[in-house]
Amino acid sequence: MADDQILVAMRGITKSFPGVAALEGIDFCLRKGEVHALMGENGAGKSTLIKILTGVEQPDSGVIELEGKAVQVRSPQHSQELGISTVYQEINLCTNLSVAENIMLGHEPRRFGAIHWKKMNSLASQALQRLGIDIDVTQPLGSYSVAIQQMVAIARALEILSAKVLILDEPTSSLDMHETTMLFNVMRRLKGEGIGIIFITHFLDQVYQIADQATVLRNGKLVGTFAIASLSRIELVALMLGRNVTELHAMSRARAETEHQEERATVAEASGLGLKGSLEPIDLKLHAGEVVGVAGLLGSGRTELAQLIFGITTPDSGSLLINDQKVERFSPREALRRGIALCPEDRKAEGIVGELSIRENIILALQARYGWFKVLNAQKQYEIAEKYIRLLGIRTPSADQLVKNLSGGNQQKVILARWMVTQPQVLILDEPTRGIDVGAKVEIQRLVLDLVKEGMAIIFISSELEEVLRISDRILVLRDRKKVAEYPGDVSDQTIMQTMAGEL
Amino acid sequence: MNSTPLGKRSVSSTPLLSRIRESRLFWPLAALAVILIFDAIFIPSFFRIGVQDGHLYGNLIDVLNNGAPLMLVAIGMTMVIATGGVDLSVGAVIAISAAMGAVLINPALGDRLVTNDILTKDATNTPLGVIVLVTLLAGTLCGLWNGLLVSRARIQPMVATLILMVAGRGIAQLITNGQIITIYYTPYFWFGNGFILGLPVSIYIVATVFAIAWWVTRKTPIGLFVESVGINPKATYYTGISEQNIKLLAYTFCGFCSAIAGLILSSYVHSADGNNNGLNYELDAILAVVMGGTLMSGGRFSLLGSVIGALVIWTFTLSMYTLGVPDKALLAGRAVLVLLVILLYSDQSRRLLNRLLDRKGAHHGAAD
Repeated sequence: MADDQILVAMRGITKSFPGVAALEGIDFCLRKGEVHALMGENGAGKSTLIKILTGVEQPDSGVIELEGKAVQVRSPQHSQELGISTVYQEINLCTNLSVAENIMLGHEPRRFGAIHWKKMNSLASQALQRLGIDIDVTQPLGSYSVAIQQMVAIARALEILSAKVLILDEPTSSLDMHETTMLFNVMRRLKGEGIGIIFITHFLDQVYQIADQATVLRNGKLVGTFAIASLSRIELVALMLGRNVTELHAMSRARAETEHQEERATVAEASGLGLKGSLEPIDLKLHAGEVVGVAGLLGSGRTELAQLIFGITTPDSGSLLINDQKVERFSPREALRRGIALCPEDRKAEGIVGELSIRENIILALQARYGWFKVLNAQKQYEIAEKYIRLLGIRTPSADQLVKNLSGGNQQKVILARWMVTQPQVLILDEPTRGIDVGAKVEIQRLVLDLVKEGMAIIFISSELEEVLRISDRILVLRDRKKVAEYPGDVSDQTIMQTMAGEL
Repeated sequence: MNSTPLGKRSVSSTPLLSRIRESRLFWPLAALAVILIFDAIFIPSFFRIGVQDGHLYGNLIDVLNNGAPLMLVAIGMTMVIATGGVDLSVGAVIAISAAMGAVLINPALGDRLVTNDILTKDATNTPLGVIVLVTLLAGTLCGLWNGLLVSRARIQPMVATLILMVAGRGIAQLITNGQIITIYYTPYFWFGNGFILGLPVSIYIVATVFAIAWWVTRKTPIGLFVESVGINPKATYYTGISEQNIKLLAYTFCGFCSAIAGLILSSYVHSADGNNNGLNYELDAILAVVMGGTLMSGGRFSLLGSVIGALVIWTFTLSMYTLGVPDKALLAGRAVLVLLVILLYSDQSRRLLNRLLDRKGAHHGAAD
């Protein structure tokens, strides 16, 4: 390859984990002085690609070239020696050491065998000045903001590890506007010095502010690499979600619209409900027997909304009325009492109790509502479990099977069953179909529509727009932790994507 | 064990044997059997049971009587470990409740010379009912304290209970004013030395506590909640179960069990000693629970397994005593027991054993 501007070239990178192909034949190319955005939804393969580049994982096949030479990145340490440095979202520095110590750690200048403090501090100051930062380097790192801490991490990467490739993994997720601008200034400066930057973010605006190129991944496959200047936002969103912009037309909605919205009772009403740093105040009305879809990219505040309503987090503004009663205490227990249910996004960590049986998992919430002493006898437990195993088509030899042995789709059905048993008024489904096969997806969607017919109000959160469109009566669009629009269910996905992308 | 395919089990020529092998109680029972067989060969007198004044006596009865405090603590510890925690303070809690009981019987005895007057009268300053009640309350409060630290202050269980493990002995010393208090109150001795229908009282106490714990955990949903918290606390919280209160309950119950153990122990030795009452009980109790088939990581638990585990420890200890093994060597002997148990319980050796047993089964099949 004659192009001597190329810093990193990854060709045909393939990696599979037991049962899943995480990456399939990915090509990725980073030039000198370029900010290259890596885009994709959860599970697209971004982090796996970065792990391979930084030596955390080894690819099954494919080559990595660094400035034209094929290399094998053996470990994270080895990647640093090769000049590839990563600054993570969570800073991995020592906050109780001084700024200078953090920058120079392991490379302290010495005089007569002891650390030459004066020289160390001046070297550290210089390193920061290169980034245009002027602070007291003798102060402990912890006394500075996250933004400065990031700068320190970058300074260390450049000065001590003499990085040529800088990977910024969600660097702006905990920064405010001003700090983000500061970071971008530093990034521009580094660009000028010929450093290649890989920028991972889910803020579209920022991609358009700073990036030159974008590589889009979807489901472990390469969608393509595009010049940002010639790619509209809507096109980028469509690429990430895997939709063809030109063939966007309303698809048949399985839901027959028989009732009118006005006739339905309001079950839940949020007004100005918000939590600083998590979700900006939001208004939302939920009626019995309707599905409200929530669309938005990763990090747009979808899960935060679910957690606020269910009481995992406590809002610091606004109010939530359930059946015209104001919710005073926010906790899952209170939610259960009021008939709100949540199927959480992270099924493994927050949903299933793997070592318990299907029966025990299904009756868990009902038993929680009954309390410690009202006993649900074994016979009744089996009746309930077997009823829902049949109803939802959970594929298992018996109700005593451990849940951890089930497939993802069946685990999701168990969690659904757990909440259906409690007959909630409001059911929040956060990514209920993620990571499960197509057949089970359709079954779960159908189930949602059945529940709605019985009068349940459902909040349906999904990163798959098609799914949201198919089953929702109304669609709420979130962007950058804000509600930006609310559409009726027959809106075109063109409109939604434009709203998600910030063009409307 | 879970990796055993379902099909294999049904094909196996000895389904009963393999079912026994996969039972949670198999290993503790096997350990007990091994020790008893050893005793049968080397110390046949170990099994001799005599009758004296209408009471049964003998080594086996001693195992039950001496092992009672450990069985109680192991029952409490099982609940704590099932929630994914551990309670290192049980030994100290035993000392605190023992001290409490002794001080209530005669607060001044620590400083005063023992007179004939005291020896002849059954000396107590407090009615027996109050003594028992306050003793149990003291231990239960200790457990509550641990539970609050773990569930509300969110301190890691090992660190949280370490606080009371260290401070508890000091508290016990404060209560007894630094003295070893000797108890001269005969009715109090009943808990550790009395007999009902020929069997030691302590056995009935263990049976009662066990029955209550079993009923509460198996007949009410509390057992399910405890297991759920131990397996996945976050998911349990998301289900609307107060994971905090479940933990609080487990630690409080453990404190309660330790308090009864303290009562029996001080009653058995007729004294309260802040430094030595219940020494190393935390370690023995953890060992008993682990031997009983409850994982240290929490989740599924077996109360009966823990009780058998405690019996294994005491059968072993008394066998060694009977053999005349000196105290110091006994500790080394126990270390060997611990090592064996840990090796037996490791996945690798189990797999090895399963493979050996399966192969033997196959050979038998071929011979037939």
